[in-house]
Amino acid sequence: MSEPGAPSSPRHEEVLSLDGVGVRFGARQVLDDVSFRLAAGELTGLIGSNGAGKTTLLRVILGLQRPSAGRVLVDGRPLARRERRIGYVPQKFLLDPDVPMRARDLVALGLDAQRFGVSRPSKTKRELVQRMLEATGASGFADSRVGRLSGGEQQRVLIAHALISRPRLLLLDEPLANLDLRSAQETVGLLARIVREQQVAVLISAHEMNPLLPVMDRIVYLAAGRAASGRAEEVVSSEVLSRLYGQHVDVLNVHGRVLVVAGAGEEADHVSANGVHPPVEIVS
Amino acid sequence: MSALLASVSDQGFLSSSPIRTALAIGAAVAIVSGALGVFTVIRGQSFAGEALGDIGTTGGSAAYLLGVGPLWGFVAVSMLAAAAMELLGVQRARGRDLATGIVLGGGLGLAALFLYLDSTYHNAAGASVTILFGAIFSISSSTVPVVVALGLAVLAILVTIHRPLLLSSVAPEIASARGIPIRAVGAAYLLALALSVSLCAITIGAILSTALLIGPAAAALRLTTRPLRAIACAAGLGIAAVWGGVWLAYESYYWPPDQQGWPVSFFVVVLVFVIYLASGLPRIWSARAERRAARSVALSGGEA
Repeated sequence: MSEPGAPSSPRHEEVLSLDGVGVRFGARQVLDDVSFRLAAGELTGLIGSNGAGKTTLLRVILGLQRPSAGRVLVDGRPLARRERRIGYVPQKFLLDPDVPMRARDLVALGLDAQRFGVSRPSKTKRELVQRMLEATGASGFADSRVGRLSGGEQQRVLIAHALISRPRLLLLDEPLANLDLRSAQETVGLLARIVREQQVAVLISAHEMNPLLPVMDRIVYLAAGRAASGRAEEVVSSEVLSRLYGQHVDVLNVHGRVLVVAGAGEEADHVSANGVHPPVEIVS
Repeated sequence: MSALLASVSDQGFLSSSPIRTALAIGAAVAIVSGALGVFTVIRGQSFAGEALGDIGTTGGSAAYLLGVGPLWGFVAVSMLAAAAMELLGVQRARGRDLATGIVLGGGLGLAALFLYLDSTYHNAAGASVTILFGAIFSISSSTVPVVVALGLAVLAILVTIHRPLLLSSVAPEIASARGIPIRAVGAAYLLALALSVSLCAITIGAILSTALLIGPAAAALRLTTRPLRAIACAAGLGIAAVWGGVWLAYESYYWPPDQQGWPVSFFVVVLVFVIYLASGLPRIWSARAERRAARSVALSGGEA
C-alpha cells in the first residue's frame, strides 16, 4: 500500500517525512497510515479526489492538525510552534479588493509578519522583495492593489510571500483550481522553475494529475485516506491504484492524458461527458 | 474661503478655552480612531466597533449614577464588553456577529435602566443627550492628558501588533500556518478597539462613535494603496472632520432658529459622510477617463 520510498538520488536532502500518519475525526478515519518523504529540489503532486483527505494532510504537515497516529518530521525534527520552515498557499484564496496593500507590501509581510513591534525599512529588505517578485513573475504588477489582481496574479504574489522567508518546504493547496487553462499552465511552469532555482521541496495538492504530470518528480496518491507514493509511472498503474482503492481500477492513456477509471461499462460515458479537457476520473 | 480663514483667525474662535480643548481632544481622537479604523474596516469588524460604542452608553450612564467622569464609564464597560465578545467567539468570522449582537443586546438593556435612573433620581436630564450624542465643548481641559494617554496606549498596542495583525486580517489561514497567534492578536486588537471607541464616544457621543472610527478609514482605503498611508490618510481626514465640525458648531451660534448653536456631533458626522462620498470621486473620474481613452483609441483605429 504505502511505500515510503527512498529519495530518488543521494544529492537530494530529505525535507519532510511522514511515518504512519493517521487522523481520526470521531468515528471517521480521514487519514490512515500515510507515509512518504519529500526531498529538496523535488516537486511532488498530492493527488486525490475531493474528500480524499488532501487538505487534512496539508494541515497535519503545517502543524495545524494533530495526527492521531504517526509522526511528522521537517528537516528531521518535529515542527515546533511559530516556525517558518514551511511556506503555505491556501486553497481558493482571494484577497478583498479594497485592502490597501500593494502586491509588494504583501510579499514584504512574508519576511516579518510574525514579528511584533517596529522594524526599520531597509534597502536589503526592499531588494529582497523585488528579487522575489521577479522570481515569481510578479514584478509587473508589484505596485497594484493586491486584491484587484486576477486569481493567477494573486497566486504569484502569495507564492512570493511564502518563499521570501526561505522555507525548506512549500505547500500549495489546489493552486490550479479556479484558474483558466493558460494561467494554470503558467503556474505549473513557475513552480517547476522555483523547485530548481530555490531548491525547496514543493508539495502541490490537486484533484487532477494531468497538468502536473510533465513536472512532477514524485506523486502521493490519496484515496479514501490511504496513500501510495513514488514516481508517477510507478504509482499510476492499474495494480497500485487497484490495491489503494480496494477495487479494480483501470489506468488509461488517452492522447498523452492519464485517466483513472473504475471498471468499464456505465463509467465510460461518464468520462467522455467531460469534454475537451478530460480529468482524471477517480471512481471509488 | 476667505470668510473661513477670517473666522478661524478671529480672536473668538481660538481664544476660547472650550474650543481649544475640543480641538486638542478631537485631533487626538481622530488620529487614534483613524489608525484603528483602517484595521477595523480591513477585518470587517465595523459591527463590533459600533456595538462597543453603543454599549459604552451603559458605562457612560452608570458613571453619572456613580458620580465619576463618563470617559471612565465608557472605557470600563467597552473593555468588559470586548472581553465578553472575545470569550463568546468573536475570533471566528461566523460566530462574530452573533457574539457581538448578544453582548450588544445585553449591554443596551442595562443602558436603558441606567439612563432612566439618571434622569429620575439624579435629575440629570441632559445626561442622555451628552452620553448618546456627545458634548465636546463641556469637556474640561483637565481631561486632555487622560485622552492623550489613552490614545497613546492604543497606538502602542497597534505599533506592537501591526504586522501580525495585518497578515491575520487579510489572510488568516496563512497567518495561522506561519504560527502567528491569531487569537491573541485579535484579542489585543479588540482591546485597542474598545479604548478607541471610548475616546470617540466622549467626542461625538456613544452612538455616533462609529462614524469617526469607520468613515475616515473607509475613505482612506479608497484613496491609498498602502497600509501606512491609509492610516495617515484616515487620521488626516478624521482631524479635518472633527475640526471642521467644531468650527461649524462655533459659527452656528449666529444661525437660526434661535442662535443657540447647533450640535457639533451633527457637523462632524455630516463632514465624515461628505468625505466618504467625495473619496469615491477619483475612482469615478479615472474610470471615465479610461472609457474616453478607450473610445478615442477605437475611433483612431477605425480611421486607420
